[in-house]
Amino acid sequence: MTVTRIRGARLLDPTKGIDDALELEITGSRISAVGHELSGSADQVVEAEGLWLAPGFVDLHTHLREPGQEYKESIATGTKSAAAGGFTTVCAMANTDPVNDSPAVTEFIRRRARETAAVRVHVIAAATQGLRGEVMSEMALLRDAGAVAFSDDGAVIMNAAVMRRVLEYAFGIGRTVIAHCEDLDLRGPGVVHEGAHATCCGLPGSPAEAESVMVARDLELARLTGAALHIAHVSAARSVDMIRDAKRAGVRVTAEVTPHHLALCDERIRGYDTNAKMAPPLRTARDREALREGLADGTIDCVATDHAPHAAYEKDVEFCGAPFGVVGLETALPIVLELVRERRLSALAAIDALTRRPARVLGLGAGTLEVGAPADLVLIDPDRVWKVEAQGLASRSKNSPFLGNEFVGRATQTWVGGRVVHALDEESS
Amino acid sequence: MKQLLDTETPSREELERILDTTEAMLEISQRDIKKVPTLRGRTVINMFLEPSTRTRVSFEIAAKRLSADAINVTASGSSLSKAETLSDMARNLSAMQADVLVVRDRNAGVPAMLARHLSIPVINAGDGNHEHPTQALLDAFTIRQAFGNIEGRVVSIIGDVAHSRVARSNIHALTKLGAEVRIAGPPTMIPVGVEQFGVKPCTSIDEALDGAHVVMMLRIQMERLEGALFPSVREYASTWGLSRERLRLARPDAVVLHPGPVNRGVEIQSEVADAEPSRILDQVTNGVATRMAVLYLLTGDSQ
Repeated sequence: MTVTRIRGARLLDPTKGIDDALELEITGSRISAVGHELSGSADQVVEAEGLWLAPGFVDLHTHLREPGQEYKESIATGTKSAAAGGFTTVCAMANTDPVNDSPAVTEFIRRRARETAAVRVHVIAAATQGLRGEVMSEMALLRDAGAVAFSDDGAVIMNAAVMRRVLEYAFGIGRTVIAHCEDLDLRGPGVVHEGAHATCCGLPGSPAEAESVMVARDLELARLTGAALHIAHVSAARSVDMIRDAKRAGVRVTAEVTPHHLALCDERIRGYDTNAKMAPPLRTARDREALREGLADGTIDCVATDHAPHAAYEKDVEFCGAPFGVVGLETALPIVLELVRERRLSALAAIDALTRRPARVLGLGAGTLEVGAPADLVLIDPDRVWKVEAQGLASRSKNSPFLGNEFVGRATQTWVGGRVVHALDEESS
Repeated sequence: MKQLLDTETPSREELERILDTTEAMLEISQRDIKKVPTLRGRTVINMFLEPSTRTRVSFEIAAKRLSADAINVTASGSSLSKAETLSDMARNLSAMQADVLVVRDRNAGVPAMLARHLSIPVINAGDGNHEHPTQALLDAFTIRQAFGNIEGRVVSIIGDVAHSRVARSNIHALTKLGAEVRIAGPPTMIPVGVEQFGVKPCTSIDEALDGAHVVMMLRIQMERLEGALFPSVREYASTWGLSRERLRLARPDAVVLHPGPVNRGVEIQSEVADAEPSRILDQVTNGVATRMAVLYLLTGDSQ
């Protein structure tokens, strides 16, 4: 078996609390040694002076669009995008076409992943049939087919009684329900956060309470049922407060925040850039501050991208008519690293939010540099300055709100199971 | 100025330049032969993708009085009904060497989006609930005509501010030109964060009218909003409608404006709409002159 030694890097392993200059050795597909000045021969030595070595990132919220919308993204291109962003595990959302509400679709996605994916793909199945929020999907059969969690995502389950049964049933089969909390009636025609910027642009707004009333409902239902609830892409300060309180009270709740909600606020909609349109919308600077605080104090468990590719022609329309969503796999890292530079997070905490903590939410067993674990790794150049450009993105879609931005920090090399799936050539810096 | 997408962006000086130019254009409209060769050989495309009579005709007359060729495109007769995208259509029109695009659309931000695709000037003739800059300019001109200046005048904008592009454009323009702007309407029709634009929200029509120089009544969309944002037309008319009696709360020399079309007996009683303080028809006359001024400044020799 091939032995690869990575030396000179600052090694960050949140599962062991390690932040130290250590060498790491890969033998075949697994991590075979971690330590100071490893001895023995290696077939290949990667010199990683000035770089960070971390477990590959884990994304709990990825829209890979296959089957059905391959013009936006495919399992192949979406996972290439993941690898380029340092992710080695992604969880594919259920709103494909056909919807992933049957074991056949789950099995199809897993087969296509085996055949074409650059990184590990886990499957999230629909919580209700057809994402209609009425009849629950065949959750036990879906679990047996490989579904790691259940979610209707943006097709919010508006009926509280249905949501209650979904939570109960998922609890019974040992699976977490992921909730996109947004009251669709309260949101109404809203396409952006309701506030002065929406008013100025004449765009229909959706108040932060469209999210927080649903967070309140779902926290109560999680308490009622004892089920594990994961709240997707928290965007509002009030939601953070309620999740914090619920955690203190022992409710089994976890939560994620997207890089774009950590980086941007509603001012970004000025000029009607449809790449600033997503659900939930970008909110106020005060909300953004609460999200950063929540991530730092652990109320929010992890960062998840909500990578949502759309074709250029779909976004090149009037703001109200454009689809919600932005791509995010390739720009997540520098946004989280910005919090490290601002001393909001330690380097180890930042890596934790991208690796161990998301893996723990769904019990995925990824996100570690332990000896014997699969060699899912990323080398990070924390000082690399780069510009986000459409042609530089590996995703098939380019709908990023960060096009033209200069970022600091980039994944330079990514391994999945000991195999290099992304290597940044020096030219493309 | 290269565009007129809103009144939020232009400076006070730019707005005043348009008002001053409007003065000269108004004079042309009062001549026997209401036509000057200023824009001869220029092509103005009026792309009205939302039904409109007054604004479309006003722009068309304005273009023709300046001797430009005006082409009207409407949604139903256009290739947009064949699912061509807006940006493709605009690029095609521009490839036909048009000199200026006037656009009205029911979606906020469409003129801004088209402006990004095009190299010719774009004039916003009303986009969704966003802005209607030429309406605000003609309102400002009408106020200046009535009082000699705008600085320090109290302007009360009353009605559905949330769904009014006219209100937004007037708020930006009039506050910039030195007026004191008040807004009033049912709380369900007052947009979030509006106080950040330097206006004073009032809780009743009486409070808004008290000592006002200008009373600007907004049209309410009865069909769409009755039941959702206010309980009934009857209740709206009695709580927020402008009657002769109520108007007495304003200054004796106050003028009444309305962007039209008027819902008689709803936001305004006929006795007010048709009486002396009403400047509603002056607004329409001034609208042509204002649009002539804007077309001239964006496409004329001044470039």
